[in-house]
Amino acid sequence: MYPIVAKEILSPTITKYEIKAPFIAKKRKAGNFVMLRIVEDGERIPITLVDSDSNAGTITLIVQAIGKTTKLLATKNVGDSILDVVGPLGVPTPIELHGQVVCIGGGVGTAEVYPIARALKDAGNTIFSIVGARSKDLIILEKEMGQISKEIYVTTDDGSYGRKGIVTDPLKDLLDANKDIHAVYAIGPLPMMKAVANLTKTYGTKTLVSLNAIMVDGTGMCGGCRVSIGGKMKFACVDGPEFDAHLVDFDELIMRNRTYVDLEKIADERCKLTPSIVALAGGVK
Amino acid sequence: MNYVNPMKPSERMKLPRQASIEQIAEERNKNFNEVSAGLDEARALIEAARCLECKNPVCIEGCPVTIDIRTFIQLIYKKDYIGAANKIREANYLPAICGRVCPQETQCEIVCTLGKKYEPVAIGKLERFVADYEITHNLFVPPVITNHIDKKVAVVGSGPAGITCAAELAKIGYKVTIFEALHGLGGVLRYGIPEFRLPREILDTEMERVRQLGVEIYKNFVVGRTASIDELFNEWGFEAIFLGTGAGTPTFMGIPGESLSGVYSANEYLTRINLMKAYQFPDSDTPIKVGKEVAVIGGGNTAMDAVRTSLRLGAKKAYLIYRRSRKEMPAREEEVHHAEQEGVEFMMLTNPTRIIADGNNWVSGIECQKMELGEPDESGRRKPIAIKGSEFIVPVQTVIEAVGQKPNPIIQTTTDGLNVSKWGTIVVNDVQLTSREGIFAGGDLTRGGATVILAMRDGKIAAEAIHKYLSEKPDADTKVK
Ligand SMILES: Cc1cc2nc3c(=O)[nH]c(=O)nc-3n(C[C@H](O)[C@H](O)[C@H](O)COP(=O)(O)OP(=O)(O)OC[C@H]3O[C@@H](n4cnc5c(N)ncnc54)[C@H](O)[C@@H]3O)c2cc1C
Ligand SMILES: Cc1cc2nc3c(=O)[nH]c(=O)nc-3n(C[C@H](O)[C@H](O)[C@H](O)COP(=O)(O)OP(=O)(O)OC[C@H]3O[C@@H](n4cnc5c(N)ncnc54)[C@H](O)[C@@H]3O)c2cc1C
Ligand code: SF4
Ligand code: SF4
Ligand code: FES
Repeated sequence: MYPIVAKEILSPTITKYEIKAPFIAKKRKAGNFVMLRIVEDGERIPITLVDSDSNAGTITLIVQAIGKTTKLLATKNVGDSILDVVGPLGVPTPIELHGQVVCIGGGVGTAEVYPIARALKDAGNTIFSIVGARSKDLIILEKEMGQISKEIYVTTDDGSYGRKGIVTDPLKDLLDANKDIHAVYAIGPLPMMKAVANLTKTYGTKTLVSLNAIMVDGTGMCGGCRVSIGGKMKFACVDGPEFDAHLVDFDELIMRNRTYVDLEKIADERCKLTPSIVALAGGVK
Repeated sequence: MNYVNPMKPSERMKLPRQASIEQIAEERNKNFNEVSAGLDEARALIEAARCLECKNPVCIEGCPVTIDIRTFIQLIYKKDYIGAANKIREANYLPAICGRVCPQETQCEIVCTLGKKYEPVAIGKLERFVADYEITHNLFVPPVITNHIDKKVAVVGSGPAGITCAAELAKIGYKVTIFEALHGLGGVLRYGIPEFRLPREILDTEMERVRQLGVEIYKNFVVGRTASIDELFNEWGFEAIFLGTGAGTPTFMGIPGESLSGVYSANEYLTRINLMKAYQFPDSDTPIKVGKEVAVIGGGNTAMDAVRTSLRLGAKKAYLIYRRSRKEMPAREEEVHHAEQEGVEFMMLTNPTRIIADGNNWVSGIECQKMELGEPDESGRRKPIAIKGSEFIVPVQTVIEAVGQKPNPIIQTTTDGLNVSKWGTIVVNDVQLTSREGIFAGGDLTRGGATVILAMRDGKIAAEAIHKYLSEKPDADTKVK
């Protein structure tokens, strides 16, 4: 059992958790994730390791409640425990000295890019960051990203905060204005990462994305998370989750991720019947 | 050598081989209850009476863990079922599992003397009978460990290889810790082999017995990630390590259409169902989608399990596509037979060439080619050759590939000095020692896909070798002084 030792609501749907998991805390590197299962008969889902404290033996996760499992997690409080947490999984981000780097987070993807941005900064890179979301209430970690960045840009689809538009708008401006940007890290919804990849390809700028394939075990055992990278089959959980954006077949992954949408809806409907989740579902929409 | 059965050999030979009590095929292919209830006491006694009590019990040589088959059958004859169970357990700590899934027909039973002219003694079924008897009558007493050795051994992976190694070492008196990546114990026994062949209560009972030996267990612990092999030695203080991480990484055929929705590796399919209980969705949270028509590719146990599971999940047609002929199928004979009874359609000498999509990126069919058998290849099996122009399309909505597995490379790539073959298996010597001091390995990790009983054999040999190694190894402390 893995007890929750701290919980903080970052936005109506996004919550930060600190969980006791000493072995994982000791080994976490930027780019790693965990698989977690909250209850018996629950699903195993992948969540990025945002931070860790090896002295306290805790790990930090930031999770958006979008379906059955993530909503169930949102009902858990300090003192409650999570049944299974496995990790750290995935290949850590290679932290190199590129010079100037753009780090882009879309929605809860900001939580996933933040540890990478921090590690890149610690390695001596200059960070420009772009944080985007559908609307103001989904913007997270703006302060934290700002602290490690030379410049930070915020965009919202509906214009409720920052610049109206999508993350590729400020990215284009940055790439036009600054010939010394040698790498781009982008994590967010697949269409966003695809748009970033298409843009940076025209500039020839090295770009890394983290692929949110559907995972079962997270250890290379099922092949469910397979993605096509430069025409070759790779398993996102053990070969990635980060890959060269210019080699990713985004359309294929977008289609694959739709495999269970109807069943996910059934599971989600079901969880609305659970009294403890009703309150939350009311606030979630 | 004394005989316990007064019957004459000629009388024994007249007794027919006893069959298990089974659920009828038309019913069982709709549920996940165990197909076979095994032998009841009366049948077990008749079966035991068939054994000739050979002076030279060749059956024992056929068993990879050399169970004293003759003696345990004599004990059954004397109705000393617990004595029989204990006799088996001297050689094999998990009889309820082996009795169910061991390919007896190619091991102990194929060499049985009675089998020369008649049908062999149903050794596997008798093994299962005593194990089940002990469970249903709650008669198991864990062995008392009198010797305690103050040395720690790590076992990585809780499949049959790891579990056996851990049990044997714990019985000798070592402090044993099992590290398992998943949240359930048993390896393939839990995530691969379905409940209708190996009920979960049986598996849980056998796993609990390993814990009762004082073995410490960490689940959710991926060695190579959560801690490295070198950390287990240097920081955790283990003095020897056994690797039994299996061959869990699925391979795909590499034909077009494999990324479509509705295409699964058998591993993913079976893991969703067995480990994650997707067949209970939405009472469980992990989803699975099974089409009205399902094609499973392969001819091994994995393929049989996937195709039989598909029928149970509501498929109206379940095809088994295999590129050689039925004779060459590596699956256990009993499973092939059961699959046939349950209504699986076998498409032999058939090889898939591409998977076809509907408009929504879902599978709608599979294109196959007819094959014919040519000259025998290096393995002695006749090589299938495609017949030109024989392509045809089978409409299916689900494709499951069960075409082979290789070892997961996480440990190999995070540990220096381990000799790995070109197939990704770890190289070991005749006592399961790897190329690194103190690290032993066995099971599918060293063999590629093999069997439960061979994994157990490796675990047992490794346990003996680890005991010898640690007994001879000078104590770290005394060395410093
Ligand atoms: C490497 C990786 C890191 C991730 N990190 C984070 C993170 O830090 N914070 C965060 O909020 N989310 C993260 N996600 C996404 C998170 O795993 C999904 O939101 C979660 O699985 C949804 O589960 P659900 O039951 O709540 O929703 P569901 O209703 O079941 O699913 C909603 C959507 O989530 C995706 N999804 C569903 N099941 C899985 C699964 N088993 N594996 C992967 N995706 C799935 C599908 O696209 C699906 O349409 C990450 C995903 C990956 C692959
Ligand atoms: C569907 C199916 C049906 C089968 N049916 C039969 C049958 O009827 N009869 C028969 O004899 N054989 C059968 N087999 C083959 C048999 O199951 C295997 O040969 C046997 O399980 C191998 O045992 P093992 O202990 O080597 O590995 P496994 O059973 O594969 O167990 C390995 C364990 O190690 C864990 N692990 C892996 N990596 C790590 C890591 N880095 N850290 C920690 N833990 C790790 C895995 O999660 C797993 O639990 C079948 C196989 C399959 C897939
Ligand atoms: S373990 Fe297998 S080979 Fe050995 S006696 Fe039992 S059924 Fe036969
Ligand atoms: S070989 Fe057959 S008949 Fe002879 S002892 Fe063994 S089981 Fe009995
Ligand atoms: S999640 Fe199973 S192989 Fe990646």
